[in-house]
Amino acid sequence: MTDLYQSQRAMRHIRKAAMQRGVMAILDIGSAKIACLILRFDGPERLREVDGVGPMAGQSSFRVIGAATTRSRGVRFGEIAVMNETERAIRTAVQAAQKMAAVRVDHAIACFSGAEPRSYGLAGEWDLQDSVVTEQDVARVLSACDVPDIGEGREVVHAQPVNFALDHRSGLADPRGQIGNRLACDMHMLTVDAAVVQNLLYCIKRCDLELAGLASSAYVSGIASLVEDEQELGAACVDLGGGSTGLSIFIKKHMIYADAVRMGGDHVTSDIAKGLRVPLTTAERIKTKHGGVLATGMDDREMIEIGCDSGDWDKDRRAVSRTELIGIMRPRVEEILEEVRDRLEAAGFDHLPSQQIVLTGGASQIPGLDGLAARILGQRVRLGRPLRVQGLPQSVTGPAFSSVVGLCLFAAHPQDEWWDFDIPAERYPARSLKRAFKWFRDNW
Amino acid sequence: MQPLTAPRRAAGVAHHRDPAPSKVAYRLHRLWLTPLFRALLRVGLPAFIVTFGVGHYLGDPDRRLALAGSLADMREAVAQRPEFLVGMMVVDGASPALADAIRAVAAVGLPQSSLDLDLAAVRARIVTLDAVAEADLRVNPGGVLNVAITERVPALVWRTPEALELLDATGRRVARVLARADRPDLPLIAGEGADQMAPEALRLLAAAQPLLPRLRGLVRIGARRWDLVLDRDQRILLPPDEPVRALERIIALDQAQDLLARDIVAIDMRNQARPVLRLAPHALRELRRANGIQTVENTL
Repeated sequence: MTDLYQSQRAMRHIRKAAMQRGVMAILDIGSAKIACLILRFDGPERLREVDGVGPMAGQSSFRVIGAATTRSRGVRFGEIAVMNETERAIRTAVQAAQKMAAVRVDHAIACFSGAEPRSYGLAGEWDLQDSVVTEQDVARVLSACDVPDIGEGREVVHAQPVNFALDHRSGLADPRGQIGNRLACDMHMLTVDAAVVQNLLYCIKRCDLELAGLASSAYVSGIASLVEDEQELGAACVDLGGGSTGLSIFIKKHMIYADAVRMGGDHVTSDIAKGLRVPLTTAERIKTKHGGVLATGMDDREMIEIGCDSGDWDKDRRAVSRTELIGIMRPRVEEILEEVRDRLEAAGFDHLPSQQIVLTGGASQIPGLDGLAARILGQRVRLGRPLRVQGLPQSVTGPAFSSVVGLCLFAAHPQDEWWDFDIPAERYPARSLKRAFKWFRDNW
Repeated sequence: MQPLTAPRRAAGVAHHRDPAPSKVAYRLHRLWLTPLFRALLRVGLPAFIVTFGVGHYLGDPDRRLALAGSLADMREAVAQRPEFLVGMMVVDGASPALADAIRAVAAVGLPQSSLDLDLAAVRARIVTLDAVAEADLRVNPGGVLNVAITERVPALVWRTPEALELLDATGRRVARVLARADRPDLPLIAGEGADQMAPEALRLLAAAQPLLPRLRGLVRIGARRWDLVLDRDQRILLPPDEPVRALERIIALDQAQDLLARDIVAIDMRNQARPVLRLAPHALRELRRANGIQTVENTL
């Protein structure tokens, strides 16, 4: 546990160094595409003094100066399956983005969608020594949370305090400086498979980049695609990616639950490839050009040419009706959405005051998906696109890029996590004191 | 009908080229984007190559000598062109005697290339002549060295124990004259340090305009004050300060009472509050006798 704490702290320091240098790379390692943005930080936020425009959650402090996307290779279910291929794809994206920005980046913040995220709610209590809450007290109450057994080979990526309670007053965002006797906190902890994270770290290191932060893509796409009221009142963000579908639940501007379904748009493509007996690239083309999930009266008459290059003339000149295509796609999309519904139910989404669900991600562009999702997930479903940040190219504004835009916001203005607070003094390992003593004895 | 052999694709089309940069290309690209490396390569490397090349070439003393020799030859070849040759020296604005002196002092060996001619030094040599106030040298087209001279204008003759000198209005020596008769038009001054107070002498002489027919000159006494000397060895002793005013008083007295025509040796104005007349010997007795006053003569 302390090792991870230290490595996350080190990442925070690297992020600070990157902010000081002013250039940072944003890497979204997905199963369908790898996107790389390069941000330039212009120092203090320029818009702060202007009336009516707030700091905008740090959005005004950076500008996108380079963007590149490449087809992902060697990534399945949001996890790295073939390391060399993934490394090459990352190199392609990073080099193209660097070329566009004409600047060299050394620091990167990455997000990934797979690795079986699991959410835990933690609670801790602490009796204050003197009645005023100090930063040390916050650190103590965070470390007083009883950590459940997260299992062998799991690591914590997010550990965010979501709520503080002082005596009988709950719902405090920042208890520092307040007066009370007993401080309690709720913390949301997200764990992932350690091996997957290790692979990711290794890949990024092989590209000569230093990792300045790590985030779950379900979380960051929620940041980008949920509007402020939805984050405040409670909403779920469903990020329909290529290999996996992430979902995150937000309330009071904090993520309280995140999960991932190991199915996505690639499965739809492979269904089409199997059903129509065409290569995956052709299936992808058919899906994006003619795909849909809601049947209409026109569909039987709309014949889709399967332009194939197999050498068999009869096979290449086939045509299927759109009804057939919808018949292939719809069960798989329904399956994904039903799985999402089950996960949301398991998380207790029904008990939230607001039942808003936002669909985003590349697979949310299937025509008619909102109608289908409304039938499965509930009436309050909308399609979400990432919010706009300065300098973002037009080609990167689609819903497929909500996690990379969210990661930009995360990089500029990260939420306080457990490791942002100093270790309480009494928790320092005794060994370090001994070493300090030894150093004095040796040198004086 | 289908051909029996499958359509063969060209080797390059069969599998798409990998868009990913190789690790070396990636690293080189990143290196190229490093500002320091870029500056080093774009500025530092050419500068180093030029410096090293020139240094290596000049490292050999023989090459250095050859280079210096060829440079000197080239300069010589240009300097010897007829366009640059100065064949004649013309002195303007100087009397013939002064012009000869200037030619002697300038010592310009003609004909000479104008590139080798040091006009500033020649001018400095010419200006050392006392009679020259200003010298303006230029090489005119056609190879003529034109020396425009402004002569000093003598305003005074200064008699020293050794010789007679001509001074200009500022007291600067102009030339020597052999006799006073050479320049009868100029007023005479004498005495130690008289040349330094030449402007004041000129002011006094201007004020003494009514006395001009009788004026012999000005004598500087003790490098301190002036004596105005008239004929009949009459002297007017002027004070050190405001001598012109004292002189004007004397002239006014003279015009009113005909003072200077009387038998007086000197008028002492050194103390302006108390002017003193010094009579000639026997002048008083002669006056009394003329008035019919008999006095008892005794040795006392």
